[in-house]
Amino acid sequence: MDFDLTEEQRLLKDSVDGLLADAYDFDARKKYMKERGGWSKALWGRLAEQGLLGLPFAEADGGFGAGSVETMIVMEALGKALVVEPYLATVVIAGGFLRHGGSAEQKAKYIPDIIDGSKTFAFAQLEKNSRYDLYDVVTAAKKKGEAYVIDGEKFVVLNGENADTLIVTARTKGGQRDKTGIGVFLVPADAKGITRKGYPTQDGLHAADITFTNVEVGADAAIGDPENALPLVERVADEARTAICAEAVGAMDESLKETVEYIKTRKQFGVAIGSFQSLQHRAADMFVALEQARSMSMFATMASDFDNAKERSSAVAAAKVQVGKSLKFVGQQSIQLHGGIGMTMEAKIGHYFKRLTMIENTLGDTDYHLRRVSEGGGLLG
Amino acid sequence: MDLAFTKEEIAFREEVREFFKNNVPPETRRKLQEGRHLSKDEMVTWWRILNKKGWGVTHWPKEFGGTGWTSVQHYIFNEELQSYPAPQPLAFGVSMVGPVIYTFGNEKQKKEYLPRIANVDDWWCQGFSEPGSGSDLASLKTKAERKGDKWIINGQKTWTTLAQHADMIFCLCRTDPAAKKQMGISFIVFSMKSKGVTVRPIQTIDGGHEVNEVFFDDVEVPYENLIGEENKGWDYAKFLLGNERTGIARVGVSKERLRRIRALASKVEAGGRPVIEDPAFREKLTACEIELKALELTQLRVVADEGKHGKGKPNPASSVLKIKGSEIQQTTTELLMEVIGPFAAPYDEHGDAGSNESMDWSAQIAPSYFNNRKVSIYGGSNEIQRNIISKAVLGL
Repeated sequence: MDFDLTEEQRLLKDSVDGLLADAYDFDARKKYMKERGGWSKALWGRLAEQGLLGLPFAEADGGFGAGSVETMIVMEALGKALVVEPYLATVVIAGGFLRHGGSAEQKAKYIPDIIDGSKTFAFAQLEKNSRYDLYDVVTAAKKKGEAYVIDGEKFVVLNGENADTLIVTARTKGGQRDKTGIGVFLVPADAKGITRKGYPTQDGLHAADITFTNVEVGADAAIGDPENALPLVERVADEARTAICAEAVGAMDESLKETVEYIKTRKQFGVAIGSFQSLQHRAADMFVALEQARSMSMFATMASDFDNAKERSSAVAAAKVQVGKSLKFVGQQSIQLHGGIGMTMEAKIGHYFKRLTMIENTLGDTDYHLRRVSEGGGLLG
Repeated sequence: MDLAFTKEEIAFREEVREFFKNNVPPETRRKLQEGRHLSKDEMVTWWRILNKKGWGVTHWPKEFGGTGWTSVQHYIFNEELQSYPAPQPLAFGVSMVGPVIYTFGNEKQKKEYLPRIANVDDWWCQGFSEPGSGSDLASLKTKAERKGDKWIINGQKTWTTLAQHADMIFCLCRTDPAAKKQMGISFIVFSMKSKGVTVRPIQTIDGGHEVNEVFFDDVEVPYENLIGEENKGWDYAKFLLGNERTGIARVGVSKERLRRIRALASKVEAGGRPVIEDPAFREKLTACEIELKALELTQLRVVADEGKHGKGKPNPASSVLKIKGSEIQQTTTELLMEVIGPFAAPYDEHGDAGSNESMDWSAQIAPSYFNNRKVSIYGGSNEIQRNIISKAVLGL
């Protein structure tokens, strides 16, 4: 049992923290968000240069063969700096599909472009009525000879507007909520029959609603078994959930720091408001919430090594519950302790609150995951 | 980062489990599971079994009977002990006064007291709180005046846990009334059988008798019963209170209780089905399990940190343990109340079963709920813990 980082992991942490300290203060972030597409290609290039985009890929595929702990380190740093570039969509999610389900040809075709930063990806999964159930899929992929024809609508696809390639869940067989008959397809974003309606999200990212009308892809577009890819989707979703738990821990950590700093300096009644016990106790409770979330983020990260898929996903769901509760408390109280200034778009603290809030509703909210753990028989086994 | 225990640690856990299985008296275990109070004999019997095995004072230095275990081994031992469940060692002797004596006491004191603490030949109690000194402990007034080779002690202590069983007390006494409040306190130990010591029971809201008032009326104590230096008692008290950082979370206790809740909720019916099948109840139970898992991980982080970097600088996460640990313990007793519903009502004054014979385990549930309100009050109330976090961790 060990919770320390290895020497290499510490170096990684220092290097990503260093890069973001240098290139990603709040003003820089605002500048990046105004660039075309809403994020910085130059910054993305620097992430590539430092090897961060190739981290989780096998050395044979040109990556560094890093594990879940390294992803946690990077995501936590991205959370601290409120990074808007599409690391989650491209490296964690698309990378996850390629690593766990991709054929040799698919890996060779797509992974190098992720690693060198030349291409980004998006995961088109959410549908009008699917909510958080990954198996609730209406979008159809109908077989036409060797090819598939995709028809349907996907919503709030992160990085969907900018991505070069979409990873699409679509039904090859069965009814809307059947757990079998789901496929995952690599679809060029400029394929004929695709329309994308892009928009910014509440937390400063970009997403798109995407319509697929008779979009034809080859048989080689399917990742894994086109008739039974749900286990793959769930595995990648668990990795993505674990990653955003770490991102939330980074964002909460920084929110608490900013808030403590603020109440130490803000004066009312002639004294720093941080000298008032009601505020001190609130800050102490925020610290408790943060540490409990950090523990569960580590738990989910280490659970990726669990052999048993049920145990793994129940650990991740439990982490999402704890992180969801903690982020709501830390986020809301950060605003409260900042007072009026916390309500302004100009102050950084509100942007942490907004990102944290959106993380709760990504890939299953607190209630959703609580139900999952509960229906699975609890956590004590 | 790695969550797994080593092969050696897993083997150690098996050894500990096996020992508990073969050595904890079944009646003692059953009573603990049902939240009943144990008699003095039952506790002492078990502690002597532990001590005979060499596990009575596990965390003490080897020369005084400790085990030399790693922090992870200590963690495993406590976790298994709490979740079996078996009675934990008497904290007042083993975790509190023992370490003060072997750290600050003289050779004679070490020789005289330590073996008797380990074997519970003396039952120790703690003379800290006073009617006017709870969270503001340093304001205590109990006075020890030096008269030749004696101390003359006058005053009153309160909330003295299990003083009715005690042979010895370690006591914070004011020895220099002129000094600033923390500076004039000494750490003195003496026999509860001394002339002038009176113990009066305090009945708590659960109906139980765990705590007492203790009065000192011109109690004569040999001067040599002073531990360490005169007027340094506050330092020893802080050392004592800071010593047991991780046990306070009582993760094993809550784990055992949650398992019990699941088992009981599968038996008790409401609305024509077992309570456990009510999704609202089950989600509350699950939420508590998740909180506990988070706390367990937080505790493991502290344990691993201590193992690697020593106990010198406490991990900031350690201050979370008391707050969350007590909240979770209280939640578990609330969940038990929910399971039992209306059958919580009968007050089992004489230890007979409640009104519903099929629920003869039910009589202790409400008392245990009432009793557990104490856990967020004692050992530095949760409000004091928040003060500590805000000052020591956040720098406010």
